[in-house]
Amino acid sequence: MSTSNKPRKNRVIVSVLGQDRVGIIAAVAQILSTHNINILDISQTIMQDLFTMILIADMEMSDIDLATLKDLLQKKGEELGLKIDVQHEDVFRFMHRI
Amino acid sequence: MLTMQEILETIKMVQEEHLDIRTITMGISIRDCAHTNPQIATQKIYDKITRLAQRLVPVGEELEREFGIPIVNKRISVSPIALVAEASETDDYYLFAETLEKAAAEVGVNFIGGFSALVHKGLTKGDRNLIDSIPHALAATERVCASVNVATSKAGINMEAVYRMGEIIKETARLTAERDGLGCAKLVVFANVPEDNPFMAGAFHGVGEPDCVINTGVSGPGVVKKAVVKASDCDLGTLAEIIKKTAFKITRMGELIGREAAARLNVPFGIVDVSLAPTPAIGDSVAEILEAMGLERCGAHGSTAALALLNDAVKKGGLMASSYVGGLSGAFIPVSEDGGMIRAVEAGALSLEKLEAMTCVCSVGLDMIAVPGDTPAETIAAIIADEAAIGVINHKTTAVRIIPAPGKKVGDYVEFGGLLGHAPVMPTSTFSSAHFVRRGGRIPAPLHSLKN
Repeated sequence: MSTSNKPRKNRVIVSVLGQDRVGIIAAVAQILSTHNINILDISQTIMQDLFTMILIADMEMSDIDLATLKDLLQKKGEELGLKIDVQHEDVFRFMHRI
Repeated sequence: MLTMQEILETIKMVQEEHLDIRTITMGISIRDCAHTNPQIATQKIYDKITRLAQRLVPVGEELEREFGIPIVNKRISVSPIALVAEASETDDYYLFAETLEKAAAEVGVNFIGGFSALVHKGLTKGDRNLIDSIPHALAATERVCASVNVATSKAGINMEAVYRMGEIIKETARLTAERDGLGCAKLVVFANVPEDNPFMAGAFHGVGEPDCVINTGVSGPGVVKKAVVKASDCDLGTLAEIIKKTAFKITRMGELIGREAAARLNVPFGIVDVSLAPTPAIGDSVAEILEAMGLERCGAHGSTAALALLNDAVKKGGLMASSYVGGLSGAFIPVSEDGGMIRAVEAGALSLEKLEAMTCVCSVGLDMIAVPGDTPAETIAAIIADEAAIGVINHKTTAVRIIPAPGKKVGDYVEFGGLLGHAPVMPTSTFSSAHFVRRGGRIPAPLHSLKN
């Protein structure tokens, strides 16, 4: 977690919920790397039989905006039968930090 | 760094517990639009609203996508029309309501508030004209909301206005009879009305407000209920603490979205209204929170105490989360908009009298209540007077939004659809209040000391 000093303006959180299967991380990472989005952290767990992955990424150098990324990830999610979403990190920071 | 638990908690709140921003409301002053010619005045109003609110809906949708939090409504409130229309040489203010409707449709908002008058001490010509125009205005428009403030703790209760509003509510119901009296769902009678409330139908842009402002209203009864359920058998002090923390998190979302919206629209950020606003959706109910606290049904003895705890904890948690808290701020207990309230009425657990008691300790008042169509105007006025008395004596906002559903009797249902929901028709007292109400005059302001 050595990334906390970097500017936070463009950090987003990708969340994946659904049945575990081969290639979930690869599929998400593929989309991110294609658009020059840097992955800062990944964690995953199984919660009540549900695969859960949280990925923190930096869109500073990205060639697409958040809305476009959201569409791409949601489409990929539908293909894989998963719920994939991306949200600005501020939502989480605002709720849990003063 | 955020932990995975924190991130998942937020995601769950949105996906499973109906956390949302209930409304982003843009307040617009139209005091500079007054003109002796009503055609010119309404043109100026239309131009100002459509100019300032042009980007309100797109910006709201943009924020929704970026932050992944649903923003259910984007709305507009304007200065009380009575203040602006008074300068015009006309007695019929329907033209102003029509203008608001057109402007709201043009910018794509579902409600616009401010067809309003403040008459707690007396009525001017403009106030009378506005009040007289309410039934036609609400019957002939979809989006326009009306409100009238009839009492304050400083001025007392204007009983002439209270009686008149009883008649206006009856007339509004009559003109919208084919839709179960829907017009009345867009009409609120207030005591101690707040000037920065973002919630409909009672929103208007107060006289002390800037030219344009963004206010947000948060919601989240589902999130609070989940937290209460999870807390299981803890004592009530601990429970209050849990609700406070939850309210803090909910309010932070309102603060974030409000600040962002204001910055992107380049207008000042006003307030976050820290409210628990239920919807007819399953699991989005204030009544169910009270039931999760240990009451068999909302309305059982103990409901007032449970609601007092809830309301106070929500405010305390919310205050810390936002730089500016305002509006109504508290738990709403509308009947038709809350699935748990509807069930409680159906089960015979919740009566009008108990609801009245509950309004002493929570936000607003008797809200979205259907009563028989043949309820006399005087009885409705007396219900308003009772609520106003609670507000005036206790220095809080109270309100009445009541629907005397034409042709309906106790046990029938009214159906409004959407966020307005449906409601069983509730009985009122069959004893007359007519002589009391018809006396008119003003009930003097109460003592502000010697409080017991």
